Amino acid sequence: MISGADTQIWQFRTPKQHMLRWLGWFWLVALTVFCWNLMTEDTIWAFVADAPRQASDIGGRMLPPRWGYLNQLWQPLWDTLNIATLGTLIGVIIAIPVAFLAAGNTTPSRYFVRPVALLIIVTSRSINSLIWALLLVAIIGPGLLAGIIAIGLRSIGFVAKLLYEAIEEIDEKQVEAVRATGASGAQIIDYAIIPQILPAFWGISVFRWDINIRESTILGLVGAGGLGLQLQSSLSTLAWNQVTVIFLVILATVIVSEWVSAKVRQAVL
Amino acid sequence: MSSIISSSQTWKRPPVLLKSQRWRWIIISGSVVYLILAINSVEVDWFRVYEGLERGWRFIQGFLTPDFSSRWQDIQIGLIESLTMTLTSTVAGVLVSVPIGIGAARNLAPAPVYMFCRSIITLSRSFQEIIIAILLVAMFGFGPFAGFLTLTFASIGFLSKLLAEDIEDCDSAQIDAIRASGARWWQVVNYAVQPQVMPRLIGLSLYRLDINFRESSVIGIVGAGGVGATLNTAIDRYEYDSAGAILIIIIAIVLVVEYSSSYIRRWVQ
Repeated sequence: MISGADTQIWQFRTPKQHMLRWLGWFWLVALTVFCWNLMTEDTIWAFVADAPRQASDIGGRMLPPRWGYLNQLWQPLWDTLNIATLGTLIGVIIAIPVAFLAAGNTTPSRYFVRPVALLIIVTSRSINSLIWALLLVAIIGPGLLAGIIAIGLRSIGFVAKLLYEAIEEIDEKQVEAVRATGASGAQIIDYAIIPQILPAFWGISVFRWDINIRESTILGLVGAGGLGLQLQSSLSTLAWNQVTVIFLVILATVIVSEWVSAKVRQAVL
Repeated sequence: MSSIISSSQTWKRPPVLLKSQRWRWIIISGSVVYLILAINSVEVDWFRVYEGLERGWRFIQGFLTPDFSSRWQDIQIGLIESLTMTLTSTVAGVLVSVPIGIGAARNLAPAPVYMFCRSIITLSRSFQEIIIAILLVAMFGFGPFAGFLTLTFASIGFLSKLLAEDIEDCDSAQIDAIRASGARWWQVVNYAVQPQVMPRLIGLSLYRLDINFRESSVIGIVGAGGVGATLNTAIDRYEYDSAGAILIIIIAIVLVVEYSSSYIRRWVQ
């Protein structure tokens, strides 16, 4: 307790800063309340109030898990792994040229090719793989292929974006050194750029593979094969004790893939 | 021409990764075996795919000539749900994750609180939005309220983890200085930690806003409200021009949110 000398007391912010801050917060709160009202217009609160009872009901049905169901899950698990791995492979193969076309220092044309490559990246990135799967199931029919292509399409943007940022950050001196030996364009990429981005490339690919394992576990919900297909059928028959087993398998898969990807990235980077 | 020096050895470039030859062979042959197994286990009905190509072409046409008007009512409802869900869930997520994030920072919280908060984070991070949405829709009924809860829950894991890491990275000299002036725990948080992490927290919140919008367009597929439900219906009805319109709107909003959030983040930091 300091009895202030006589005039000024130290304050955290000036009055003007204070006012501006309050205004900012006020608008944020107002907007949030407005959105909240708009969102909950059609909410039936009786259902919400009923939720704890529903939760305990579902919880009661989920336990104990039906462990026997595990034996039917090995094939879907293998399918899920394949969707993720083959999808990542397709995505990476397409992403490499896109990344080179999008990177400012390797693109053949800044004004024509680069925007197209960036558009591909943005389109692929902003559409979730579940939506890609939804589309592909409608187009080429349900099954693993739709899942693989969906994962592949979603991965292009992610891998290409991170890879082109890595390409833009390379050491230009090495490129100049290789160019000075009379190397052609392809040789410059091969000997000066690739060795510099290779660790980043493997890191990005494994990281994306890890994300893809997560995503491929649920693609079956829209009919694209894998564990999600079993999840969908268990949910629609209200077999909650099977749902528990599937959740546990998904959780275990995700943990293992995260561990693998962390190990590989540690080794590579 | 002094070509006398030509020796029997030519220069071979050293491998960037996997220096040991044996491991390289093991990994390469392992991947080849895996690929053969995986590709063989994917059953593709090529006839169905061939039939689907025509539909795929129609979808591309629909994407190029989107039909905004005939389903505009549904699209509008879906978009409003998505946008309001995005904002409210981000705000609620930030409000909840600030105390959890502080509790999960090793330099501020005592061990029991630390463990408790870390386990909340792990729980929230290990399941995907879609799976949480399935459970919450079963409990709270269809509609954006379940979606709001899903996104809030997912935001908590993301924001608290990054916030906690940020608090742990704080400059401890400032914390010591404030503590030496006789400040209580609360004052330490307010005057030493908060100024250091606030820009990052705003940045993270905006980033999460971006992610939440992307997710809000997906969780509608399992009934949690938002534009995903509209998209699902449009694809189920084979109305590719409406689906194309929705996808274009999603991409546009994602772009706007991403660019404005990265702009604000740069301005704040």
